[in-house]
Amino acid sequence: MAMAWWTRRRAVVCREAVELVTDYLEDALSRRDRQRLEAHLADCPHCTEYFEQFRVTIRTIGRIEPEELAPEVRDDLIDLYRRWSA
Amino acid sequence: MSADEDLLRRLRAGDESAFATLVEQYHAPMIRLATAYVPSRAVAEEVVQETWLGVVRGIDRFEGRSSLKTWLFRILVNRARTAGPRERRHVPLGVGETVDPDRFQADGQWAVPPAPWTDDVDGRLDAADVVGRVRELIDALPDGQREVVLLRDVEGLSSADACSILGVSEGNQRVLLHRGRARVRRMLELELGKV
Repeated sequence: MAMAWWTRRRAVVCREAVELVTDYLEDALSRRDRQRLEAHLADCPHCTEYFEQFRVTIRTIGRIEPEELAPEVRDDLIDLYRRWSA
Repeated sequence: MSADEDLLRRLRAGDESAFATLVEQYHAPMIRLATAYVPSRAVAEEVVQETWLGVVRGIDRFEGRSSLKTWLFRILVNRARTAGPRERRHVPLGVGETVDPDRFQADGQWAVPPAPWTDDVDGRLDAADVVGRVRELIDALPDGQREVVLLRDVEGLSSADACSILGVSEGNQRVLLHRGRARVRRMLELELGKV
């Protein structure tokens, strides 16, 4: 797995922790790797801040709204369906 | 019967209100996604129009192995990829850092730690400018990262659905997602004047 390069070490350092955010949020870390990472986060306010920024980033991306559907577009598409299913 | 099964049954029976439901739910998100692939709004509309045609034609053959949403997005992505101006190949993934190495000391600890800004962005979310900038930045991401970020974080698809639509492994998908998100985070950091 992606973690092999650091699992042999005793502790996670910040430079490694920042690369693990998505694996962590996706629950793709092994139990042991997750525990190591959580131990690091408990000790490191900077990485905790970085993880929080990642979460806010994801939330902000999720705020991109689609535009409104124009009624004439909707009607044209229903026409298309009507013609096809007729 | 699931909502999808019910909708599918009605679509096959020629029920216009079922098709209207589908259009109301997915047309605007499909435009949003298509826009990220093609050079203009007009082409995005064409791609989505063709997608609907493909849906209407293919509805009898749809086997229900994925959700309707995943099926729609798969058709859309396939069309958008061929309509897009850029060459779309899967770039091999090397070892990549998503944070400037200069921000760490030799021992791997932060030298320039992230300054707090999350309260600013939450407070400014109503001001559409931050979200608008995020949209622009996503459009400018490398192809693979953009596709994954759009399907996962904008459209809200599961990892399994995104992988199946894009034809990438779960591992590659996570790497692309991570890199894309990290770039957006960095942009927000710069945008909000921190570091």
